[in-house]
Amino acid sequence: MGLSFPDILFYLLAVMILICGSIVVFSKNIVHSAFSLLGTFTGVAGLYGLLTANFIAAVQILVYVGGVLIIILFAIMFTRDIQDAKDSNPARGLVSASFFGLLVAILLLIIVLKFPWPVKTPTNHGSTVPQIGDALLGKYLIPFEVLSLLLLAALIGAVMLVRKEIKPGEVKEPRS
Amino acid sequence: MNLTIGLSHYLLVAALLFSLGLICVLTRRNAIGLLMGVELILNSANINLIAFAHFIENGISGQIFALFVIVLAAAEAAIAMAIVLSIFRSFKNIDVAMTIELKE
Repeated sequence: MGLSFPDILFYLLAVMILICGSIVVFSKNIVHSAFSLLGTFTGVAGLYGLLTANFIAAVQILVYVGGVLIIILFAIMFTRDIQDAKDSNPARGLVSASFFGLLVAILLLIIVLKFPWPVKTPTNHGSTVPQIGDALLGKYLIPFEVLSLLLLAALIGAVMLVRKEIKPGEVKEPRS
Repeated sequence: MNLTIGLSHYLLVAALLFSLGLICVLTRRNAIGLLMGVELILNSANINLIAFAHFIENGISGQIFALFVIVLAAAEAAIAMAIVLSIFRSFKNIDVAMTIELKE
């Protein structure tokens, strides 16, 4: 078996992604789920690196690990006491859902293995950052700007949702 | 199946990750657990996009779309956390089975 270094790396990352993903799905403790999400995100970033998408890998680390995961951890810490986390992530109908998930997985595996993908030999081997910059300010300029607006609207919406409403005439009382 | 890594290996990992996310979304009763399942599904879709960009397109459109998906996931996480916090404020609970009332 002539496994090259990237191949070994791929298998390690795949195992890491799937084990951490299983802990996310089946753990009873939501804090454990959140921290194994870290392993999944990092492993996916590694896969992006293997696929020569180095910019996307960096963005994955920055946005998912640095943003989304922190937001999830904040949400966990805000909404429940960390002490009683033992049974904090209840699951219902795990057997039937696992059966259904397995069915979907088998279906997808059959599709992946049977379909004749028109694979070309990859020609991209260097950094894709200049190309991405050109595309974002050229061909994809309008979607890019719309996405910026959407992000702004989402953040303002999030602030609107969580702020305390103070009716006129009501005395602002200190939070206990 | 040959052992040299090709497109189908990445697609297989993405398919398994997608199934895990699906099971998570189907079974979790904690709203934050649901959010984690959605993130798993989005990540698996992103693996597919970038694998196709690398092996079939030989370009970067797939990577741009993956970038857009990442931005959408970040926006979605922020909104979801705001909703979870306001649900927690009014119900003192974020179990999605308990929060079935629509009115205040």
